[in-house]
Amino acid sequence: MMILSGDPPRSRVLSLLLIVIVTLLALAPFLFPGAKAMNVATKICIFALLVASYDLLLGYTGTVSFAHTMFYGIGSYGIAIALYAMGPTWAGVATGIVIGLPLAALLALGIGLFSLRVQAIFFAMITLAVASAFQVLASQLSWLTGGDDGRSFRLPELLRPGTVIIPKEVFGFEFNGRTLTYYIVFVVAAALILTLLRIVNSPFGRALQAVRENRFRAEALGYRTVFHLTWANVIAALVAACAGVLNALWLRYAGPETLSFTIMIDILLMVVIGGMGTMYGAIIGAAIFILAENYLQALMGAASKATAGAGIPVLPALLHPDRWLLWLGLLFIASVYFFPTGVVGKLRGKS
Amino acid sequence: MTDTTTTPATVEPLPQANRDFIPLLLPVALALVMIPFVGSGSTWVTLTIASLAMGMMIFIMASGLTLVFGLMDVLNFGHGAFIAVGAYVATLVLAPMAGYVQADSLWLNLLALAPAALLAMAVSGALGLVFERVLILPVYGNHLKQILITMGGLIVAEQLLYALWGPERIPLPLPASLRGSFILGDIAIAKYRVLAMVVGLVVFGLVLLVLNRTKIGLLIRAGVENREMVEALGYRIKRLFLGVFMVGSALAGLGGIMWALYREEVHASIGGELTVLVFIVIIIGGLGSIGGCFVGAILVAMVANYGGFLVPKLALISNILLMVAILMWRPRGLYPVTNR
Amino acid sequence: MSDMLKLDGVHTHIAQYHILHGVDLNVPEGQITMLLGRNGAGKTTTLRTIMGLSPPSSGQIVLAGQNIEKKSTPDIAGLGVGYVPETMSVFSDLTVKENLILAAREGPLDDTRLQWIFGFFPALKRFWLSRAGSLSGGQKQMLSIARAIVEPRKLLLIDEPTKGLAPAIVVNLIECLAEVKKRGATVLLVEQNFRVAQEVGDSVLVMDNGKIVHRGAMAELAKDTSLQEKLLGLSLEAHQ
Repeated sequence: MMILSGDPPRSRVLSLLLIVIVTLLALAPFLFPGAKAMNVATKICIFALLVASYDLLLGYTGTVSFAHTMFYGIGSYGIAIALYAMGPTWAGVATGIVIGLPLAALLALGIGLFSLRVQAIFFAMITLAVASAFQVLASQLSWLTGGDDGRSFRLPELLRPGTVIIPKEVFGFEFNGRTLTYYIVFVVAAALILTLLRIVNSPFGRALQAVRENRFRAEALGYRTVFHLTWANVIAALVAACAGVLNALWLRYAGPETLSFTIMIDILLMVVIGGMGTMYGAIIGAAIFILAENYLQALMGAASKATAGAGIPVLPALLHPDRWLLWLGLLFIASVYFFPTGVVGKLRGKS
Repeated sequence: MTDTTTTPATVEPLPQANRDFIPLLLPVALALVMIPFVGSGSTWVTLTIASLAMGMMIFIMASGLTLVFGLMDVLNFGHGAFIAVGAYVATLVLAPMAGYVQADSLWLNLLALAPAALLAMAVSGALGLVFERVLILPVYGNHLKQILITMGGLIVAEQLLYALWGPERIPLPLPASLRGSFILGDIAIAKYRVLAMVVGLVVFGLVLLVLNRTKIGLLIRAGVENREMVEALGYRIKRLFLGVFMVGSALAGLGGIMWALYREEVHASIGGELTVLVFIVIIIGGLGSIGGCFVGAILVAMVANYGGFLVPKLALISNILLMVAILMWRPRGLYPVTNR
Repeated sequence: MSDMLKLDGVHTHIAQYHILHGVDLNVPEGQITMLLGRNGAGKTTTLRTIMGLSPPSSGQIVLAGQNIEKKSTPDIAGLGVGYVPETMSVFSDLTVKENLILAAREGPLDDTRLQWIFGFFPALKRFWLSRAGSLSGGQKQMLSIARAIVEPRKLLLIDEPTKGLAPAIVVNLIECLAEVKKRGATVLLVEQNFRVAQEVGDSVLVMDNGKIVHRGAMAELAKDTSLQEKLLGLSLEAHQ
């Protein structure tokens, strides 16, 4: 299975799940043409990619970093600012990518090199601090980033919803700019995930795992850990930035929410539930999480009203859809306890 | 301490080995350096007092965390929960006792504040017990899981607070006798800040007393350095852990109510916000060092206040820069203690 | 003569490494038993296993008639075992005095005992109120040993005490060990310095690859240079 870089799902249930998810995503514009459903599908693609990039750091290299949303945000803002400033042109798209990606890489380089100087626990706390600072910075440089309101922009004509590429008459279905945008997201996400799979199954990837197990022993064995750790950081950042670009292209907007800690928690949840160090876990985790997030909140709203109507104290407040994060947090804790290897690990039969 | 004061007769009073004074000079140096930048003398005094007051509050919140990490090798990313809970619980006492709070008498105010603070500490301490037994104990020794699970704990705690008290900010007015300032010539010194400094120094003093003059303190200091050796000397140090954790959470609760009064409002988000500051402080100070925590807290507060005055936009970033600068100088913090 | 300590088929794993492969040894009461062997043979791990710091995965450890293989380290220490690890065991932030106070579990520091200790290690008296962290490496070793003998113990587990000690102090150490033995303690001593081992030890155990490969009286091994070479890869002359 060359396309999977020799790292197949290794579980019939898992393979089935993945095939179903990928097929549904591939055919989403035809199967679920509504706006909300399309948003859900796109978000799954983007987050699968973002979480996969994080898995490279957490699952394969063993690095805990809270600064990942920074790279995501840089990708988003890069293209948003470029398209805002330069107008809706492909040159703008290119500029945004050409500025955003290297910037993310450079920042990752700096952080990666700094991480080598301090212990892992320090590193985790420091990335937390840096990410907070970055978020504050983004909302304060409002002339550049649009502050708390973020940056809206228009897409090049080809990608706009109004642009009809294949009219309805041909296949009974309208293929427009929005559909094209979706497929760009889908194809890029898929390609990058497959690339990550290739990377983790290469000698480089195996070296990363050696570093994760025992850094000193890896060095004694001759691995240049500085090289590996730094590269892992840079690659993860680049992929995260790409996810950011895709996100901005879909939403036609970039805002400080992309940098928020909530997203970081979401990523952590997805990677832990899905299964760390598996890559496939990112896809499963993203799918589970985003479907739950979108369709569960409606459920919560209904439950909240029902319990309020029944006169039960406290419960309506706990079930209020705004308290989504409460249940997330509990699920998070439960996952760390009961599913340390995630869904993928459970399906593969390890424990 | 039990010993027969057997300082042998011929002991020369040797000077204590090179006490590391350089970090202690940092806040002093920083304060002095700021004088020309700030310009006006009275503003400088106000800012410096503000820094000291804020530093004390942050120290109170951070002291527990640094000891917990040093002693137990546990990094509690949910420490902010204790801070937030302390603040909310205080409202339970201060709201019904509004009469005492509004009276313009220090004693009546303290009559309301003291139980509020004690209740805040008790509840936070109890929450600490729950955290330690339910969240941390099961994942003992695994740093990654500790980080994840305690973060989860923080989120759940925050959300529960919103569910119980509502997501809006709750105003918490300062007691009447603590409003306003002492006026010394040109300089206005906020009364509440003086109280904060007093409380902070008292806590610092008590902690140092326990650490340096009691057997338990001896065990903690030794345990922070080398837990195994303490066990090899026959002490069941793990029993101490829970106690230290709870004291740390109680102190965080105290810090929470103080901060809430400072800001005159209560909101669960202070948990998350202050977590970052507290982490910066304990990293700067050196994990496990109370002295380092104290100096770090003052430095961080100074950078926040002077920085906030001179370059408001760079407030949080300036603290990050401070942390990076100190780590470049001493990669394990100002006073590295643990052997890890 | 009964055994103070007996190990029976003890295996220890550390992470995925199998370090002790079925160690059988006994330490006679009131004697100094040497534990010798090449680097990496498993000597330190043996001491740590006895002390409960690296619990055995299988086998039995009997201390004065009691099974201790499942006991926790504080409990084992409480049964009268003193442990002097190879390195970094003094509490740097505490003074010499505080280090010893901590070690004196039974009660306050005994002045007579202290004077006796100062006799061997005068530096500890000089630096009584100084932070242990400011002591030299050799002085820290002295403190570490002093901690183990500040109160009478049944069994002393000592790991390479002469490492880093000036020769003059090694003489004091040998004297100290002899006196400790006279007062009835049992000692299991890991030592690389064969000359010291020969002077101090009553019986000897040689370890290699996590197993005991030789046991016998020290006097016999001291006479047999070819056996020394075979077991320890050296001869007495070469190791002066």
